[in-house]
Amino acid sequence: MKHATAWLLALAVIGAACSSSEGELTVYSGRSEDLVGPLIARFEDETGIDVSVRYAGSTELAATLLEEGGRSPADVFFAQDPASLGAVAQAGLFEPLPDSIAGAVPGGFADADGRWVGVSGRVRVMVTAAGVDGVDSVFDLTSPEWEGRLGIAPSNGSFLAFVAAMLLTDGEDATRAWLEAIAANQPQKYANNSSIVDAVIRGEVDAGLVNHYYLLRAVAEQGDVPAANHFLAPGDPGALVMPAGAGILASSDAPDAAARFVEYLLSADAQRYFAEETFEYPLRSGVPAAAGLPSLDAVAGQEVDLSDLATTLDRATELVAQTGLL
Amino acid sequence: MTAPGEVTVLDAPVRPAVPPPPARRHRAPWALWAVALAVLLPVVVPLAAMFGRLAADAGDAGAVLWSARTARLLVQTLALTAAVTAAAAAVGVATAWLTTRTDLPGRRTWSTLAALPLVLPSYVIALTLISAFGAGGLLADVAGLDALPAASGAVGAWLALTIATYPYVHLIVSAALRKLDPAHEEAARGLGAGRWRAFRTVVLPQLRPALAAASLLVSLYTLSDFGAVSLMRFDAFTRVIYAQYQGRLDRTPAALLAAVLIVVAGVVLWAEARTRGRAAYYSRRPARPARLVSLSRPARTGALAFLTAVVGIALVLPLGTLAAWVVRGARRGDAPAIPWDAAWGSIWVSAAAAVVALVAAVPIAVLVVRYRSRASVALDRTVYGVFALPHITVALAMVFFAVTYLGPLYQGFGVLIITYAALFMPQASGAARAALEQVNPHLEEAARGLGRGPLRTIAQVTVPLIGRGLLAGAALVFLTTMKELPATLLLRPTAFDTLAVDIWQAASEGFFARAAAPALVLVAVSAAPLYLIVGRRYAA
Repeated sequence: MKHATAWLLALAVIGAACSSSEGELTVYSGRSEDLVGPLIARFEDETGIDVSVRYAGSTELAATLLEEGGRSPADVFFAQDPASLGAVAQAGLFEPLPDSIAGAVPGGFADADGRWVGVSGRVRVMVTAAGVDGVDSVFDLTSPEWEGRLGIAPSNGSFLAFVAAMLLTDGEDATRAWLEAIAANQPQKYANNSSIVDAVIRGEVDAGLVNHYYLLRAVAEQGDVPAANHFLAPGDPGALVMPAGAGILASSDAPDAAARFVEYLLSADAQRYFAEETFEYPLRSGVPAAAGLPSLDAVAGQEVDLSDLATTLDRATELVAQTGLL
Repeated sequence: MTAPGEVTVLDAPVRPAVPPPPARRHRAPWALWAVALAVLLPVVVPLAAMFGRLAADAGDAGAVLWSARTARLLVQTLALTAAVTAAAAAVGVATAWLTTRTDLPGRRTWSTLAALPLVLPSYVIALTLISAFGAGGLLADVAGLDALPAASGAVGAWLALTIATYPYVHLIVSAALRKLDPAHEEAARGLGAGRWRAFRTVVLPQLRPALAAASLLVSLYTLSDFGAVSLMRFDAFTRVIYAQYQGRLDRTPAALLAAVLIVVAGVVLWAEARTRGRAAYYSRRPARPARLVSLSRPARTGALAFLTAVVGIALVLPLGTLAAWVVRGARRGDAPAIPWDAAWGSIWVSAAAAVVALVAAVPIAVLVVRYRSRASVALDRTVYGVFALPHITVALAMVFFAVTYLGPLYQGFGVLIITYAALFMPQASGAARAALEQVNPHLEEAARGLGRGPLRTIAQVTVPLIGRGLLAGAALVFLTTMKELPATLLLRPTAFDTLAVDIWQAASEGFFARAAAPALVLVAVSAAPLYLIVGRRYAA
């Protein structure tokens, strides 16, 4: 009894002692560890700044930041979609970025007031199984022929951002009708984009709504797979181009390290990482996108101001929930 | 259910049925209350605060609560609970009866094997089922088939949870069967009843209290389960609460659904307390062991086939699938990545939770057994009440509370460890209590009479006397904390990983190969102490 208790106690004390050290910089990352972990490790190597990362969904972290307010332990919010960034910006929780950072990307891929900056571009696409034809518009997916064949990730930030964009371009009635029709078609629901791509490859569903790079990652890992990316018509809400981006919290106690972190995300080195390792579109000029991808100009056609996505995000989530998809 | 002094091996200890010896009418030392409440209040207050917050902005509460969606969730969750409970009861009673009451060859081994899926967390079972079945699954690969039906949705969740819960029924009913006086059944047989009729009309009714306790456990487990339903993509309350938590900027809807789930769990507990009544329990040892039923040859073959199928699906398939993933990865040239950081994280926070539970269990047990009063009964109920709550609801309440009121402790280890300790307290305090009920109060009174103060008496006399029970309780807290998922997901400090979190993250993204190594480590680490407890129990 005494020995065993002593062991338990020793384990607990040693563990607590080892785990109390905190990094200098706390990053809330809505991008997964798989995608950006290696990049953050490079940043730590190059700068000697110790980073603690809290990985979770972008919307979840935005909600956490809203709940935390000025008490947040976070210094940087690195999100996968502009809607989450916009929500935090509108709550007044971001410190405006210096022009050297906010101006490093083409207009439209940063907040108009410089509160957050896009660091890599992601395009919404339809991933299709071999032999399945893609559609031009997401509105075509409501037809009965798609019953039970579509995979979506309704709790995923990118999907919700896409619905938020549809609310801006097509209005509430059309968006609700689209969601209801999709729900009536009984789509398979997944936790995230990569599960959808895997399901399409496995043949579990015929197509899915995802971001463009998940298929490229699957190809890099598994070689040739029986699936393809289908780009919807430019201008369709389903062809949204969304930057992943970052902002610095006003409550940060390490604003300098935070600024170096965001700067690093826009460095040529990091931009090449996005192009070559995660297959996203680099946003800084002069860094080419991965081979085989259409140019960003060719696929982008939306008229959505990305900063406005935050205004419709919660409404989008509400609608998705009401239609029983969430 | 359990005899006094005997330690249950269950995740959820069952309240000892024997009334405690009449307590002395002394006033309890305040230090006992202080320690007991120091662990419970940090969890009870946030729960109350969450209801307060909901009441405060009740604006669209009605719209969420009375929507068709909430109704559908309720129906789906309850239907799953009922289906799992029925299946687990059927399988568990069958395995228990076959391995305790028949002359089946190797029945002790079968009994242990049937109990072993206890070490598998529901989400590990679910991920192995998902990756084994379906088109392109492991089984289809091995068998060279094109397609097997996929395990997902309602059927998948039902199967995973039945596997996760039938061992509780097996253990509780086995214990009850061993303690059943065979005289009644023999009398029935002597009066001409067939074996089946005697079982149905004499044995089964006597098993009712044990079966009710086991069913309560299974239904609460199912209501609370988060991992299996989420991986199986079945919309039960817990999954939707988490989806709302993740997917919405507004946290109120998640809290509202959590509140509904708390009420549902409360209703189940209340209904169980109402129906349990004053039935007799199995507190006496039977006069003699029951004579074993000798099975005919076809019956024996059937029984062996049944047990092989149960153990095959519930134990061999999950473990085999995990091993196969690791081997596959190794063949592709990926060295199996053993997640040392996550393993160490799991082990030390679980140890810390066990220590906290151990420290609080002593005063709780002493208060309940030796200083019985209205307040100590309320304390006891609270301990079990918190345990019955779905973890995701408690974790949600803790998140809300910590961010607003706990300042620097927010996202800290303290909140996580205290939450674990409070959630799993009955395992420690129940074991301590069962042990204490075996201790003659005269021993403590003698120490008092010789001049020791009440607290020194507890430290020097009571604790050493109940040491073994306490330790078994702490080991259980350690095990269940290792497996815990939803509270860990919501409350873990930044950049802190556990095996459960690793497995969950890999499995929820469909990276089964990556989930396999941490899952095997988790099973191995949990199996060792469980073996000690179960082994001791069978030896007794």
